[in-house]
Amino acid sequence: MLLRGVALYLLKRAAVLLLTVVVAVYVTILVANMGGYVDEIVKGELLFSISTSVYQNPAYRTLNETALRNLVNQLYELELKKRGFDQPFFIRGFNYLRDALTLDLGRSLFISSDSGSRSVRIIILERLPNTVLLFTTTQLLLFFIGLFGGLYLSRRFGSRIERSVSLLAPLSALPGWFYGLFLILIFASVLRLLPYGGMVDIPPPTDRFAYALSVLKHMILPVMSWLLAYSFFAIYTRRTFFLIFSSEDFVEVAKAKGLPEDLVRRRYILRPTLPPIVTDFSLTLIASWLGAIVTETIFNWPGIGRLFYEAAALFDTPVIVGLVVIYSYLLAVTVFVLEIVYAILDPRIRTGVV
Amino acid sequence: MSSRTREYLRALASYKSAVVGIAVIMALVAISIYTVIAIPYDEAVRLWRAGEQHWLDAPKNAFPSWYSFVLQKRLPETIIRDTTKPGPGVYKVDVPAGELIRILRIDIDFRFDYDDFPSEINIFYSVRFNRSAPQVTMTWTKPDGTTVQLRKFTPSSDGAYYVSIDRDLTSREVERIVAKLGARPNYELSPTMSLFAVEDRSILESDKVQVLKGNYRLSVEGLLFDPQSDFDVKLVVYGKVYGWAGTDHLRRDIGIALLWGTPIALSFGLIAAVAVALIQMSVGAVSAWFGGAVDNAIQRVTEIFIVLPFLPTLIMVQTLYKVDIWTLLLVIIALLSFGPGVKNYRALFLQLKESQYIEAAKSYGAGSARIVALHLIPRVMPTMIPSIVFSVADFVFLEAALAILGIGDPRTPTWGKVIQDSFYGGALFKGLYYWTLEPAFLLLITSLSFALVGFALDKIFNPRLREV
Repeated sequence: MLLRGVALYLLKRAAVLLLTVVVAVYVTILVANMGGYVDEIVKGELLFSISTSVYQNPAYRTLNETALRNLVNQLYELELKKRGFDQPFFIRGFNYLRDALTLDLGRSLFISSDSGSRSVRIIILERLPNTVLLFTTTQLLLFFIGLFGGLYLSRRFGSRIERSVSLLAPLSALPGWFYGLFLILIFASVLRLLPYGGMVDIPPPTDRFAYALSVLKHMILPVMSWLLAYSFFAIYTRRTFFLIFSSEDFVEVAKAKGLPEDLVRRRYILRPTLPPIVTDFSLTLIASWLGAIVTETIFNWPGIGRLFYEAAALFDTPVIVGLVVIYSYLLAVTVFVLEIVYAILDPRIRTGVV
Repeated sequence: MSSRTREYLRALASYKSAVVGIAVIMALVAISIYTVIAIPYDEAVRLWRAGEQHWLDAPKNAFPSWYSFVLQKRLPETIIRDTTKPGPGVYKVDVPAGELIRILRIDIDFRFDYDDFPSEINIFYSVRFNRSAPQVTMTWTKPDGTTVQLRKFTPSSDGAYYVSIDRDLTSREVERIVAKLGARPNYELSPTMSLFAVEDRSILESDKVQVLKGNYRLSVEGLLFDPQSDFDVKLVVYGKVYGWAGTDHLRRDIGIALLWGTPIALSFGLIAAVAVALIQMSVGAVSAWFGGAVDNAIQRVTEIFIVLPFLPTLIMVQTLYKVDIWTLLLVIIALLSFGPGVKNYRALFLQLKESQYIEAAKSYGAGSARIVALHLIPRVMPTMIPSIVFSVADFVFLEAALAILGIGDPRTPTWGKVIQDSFYGGALFKGLYYWTLEPAFLLLITSLSFALVGFALDKIFNPRLREV
């Protein structure tokens, strides 16, 4: 009976999440096309490329002006039909939606991958490892620094180190890229120790080990800028979080019962704080997947954030839609998995109290 | 209410960090008020957008004047002498020599006793004549008596003689040094340096060359062939410092952008922070109070907005419409109206909804609108204030980030635009640190002071935090 209730609940959540993804992707398609504006750009480019190729083709040199123009129009119409531009945008929007949702990401309009491919899948897959390498690493570091730093400080409440970290927390009002500017100034410009930006030396080392070393060297400044920007705040919020939880009545009772300190911490403090921590962890991991547009720009890092920026600035709809659809799928799946995990971790939800 | 406000203020004053933050914010507000009155917005935009034409007499990439104190070295200021504006050291005479012809003689004397070379030398001239253009010879005299003929020419229209990049003069100068010292300089000796250098063996090496201090003279001798004919020059010896903020690659005074960036950053940050928080809170209140289908709909819309990528959407809107900074502000507020904050406020209101004073309000028959507006929202206000103050910094940085991505308002001078110019102008490569650091410093103190105040407010309004 209970299990059926949980299953029904999860099913309902899954349906809602799927609906959210569908609508979000469709809205993205609308926004990314600027309500059909991008079509005009694409059509213009198409007409231009067809007419130049016709006018420059020596095979057509014998034709007169009207015949040439007719030929251009004919080819243009054919190409439009081939690409589905003869249908109104409203209908094509749904075709895009179907393709996007089935992860048939198609071909980009303007951007091509380093290997020269126009396939959105290849373009994204080429950039993804760079972003994961940089930002997922950074987020993981930040998460664990925050977690262990917070735990440590919450136990040493009132100590000098605790107070100084609390004092430094406002430093996180400045974003990571801003610290990046200063780090570039100090370590690249003045000290000339580390590179200004990029991901690997130019030309890239051929030796695999040297290559990895070079990438590591390029990672130092961006990772450092984010750690500088966000770790104090991460520690501070976790500390507050643990402190609030450790002043709960049930913790006091456990302590009053004379339970060992260690047991109290594990069973009475960590256990109830686990669900929000797990949520935080998984959501930041997913968010790190999108990279960071400004940080990647400052450090010239060829990641997803940069790709997102380029695609948005060029109105490369397929790339934008591709990125959003993958992101929203990942987000939806994560949220869904979290609901299940909650059901396991939180006995109140498991027994249907809440 | 007012007594409670006073109580909060007193509590705030007990946090030293908050007092510092408030003092900085006050100073920034004062700067903003001064700027808005002293330099009208249109004037600022005109100065900033005028480009190089308006700033011909300003040095390129000049350091701020206070660099001289920091480096303990007198860096040259810009020296301008104009024969149309007579003053000390500017002499212009013409003597008739025959029926029509006159001999023109211009002497421009100036003192140069700085510790560094100028950055550039330009001579702008204007000429008037009926039939035949005057013939002009320009000569440079150094304090030690060395004379250098700069250029002999027949100017047929107004123009400029760019002394520093005159290739012919450059090679003549090098040959002159070679003839004098019997050795060739080991670097590319430009006229800017050779015209101001001590001419002994130190000039041969780029790191030893010294400035010759003393009185310099630019002489112009001309033959005017018409009675109406005239010739005027303006000598500009560009310095290496300018104003209190320095100049950028387009010779513009960075100070203008720094000043105008202040009111823009403050109003942008404040308006965005307050508007977004109020809208998100109202949406959250409505969602929590009405529940059911309304709640469901609002929550679904919120989730969609969470999935939509914020910055890329903003980039697309900005690339397409090139909106100005205030329209951009509206777009940002619209995009964030259903942001993640809605969820937090909803959770807060869901708790409040069950509280007894709401029950009481319901029992005496208060309507939904009345309860939401008069009982729910005021109750949440205090807890909102810290987060509003926090988010001011976020929005100030958002504007800067957009500028750095090159998609900010192209017209308005802002801190972010200066950082972008400096970043792409290679300020960090070339060691022009002031260019990046000045706007960065302003961003830093602005956001830090808001953060300090926010942290203190957080502790005051959330007593639970005060204990821990």
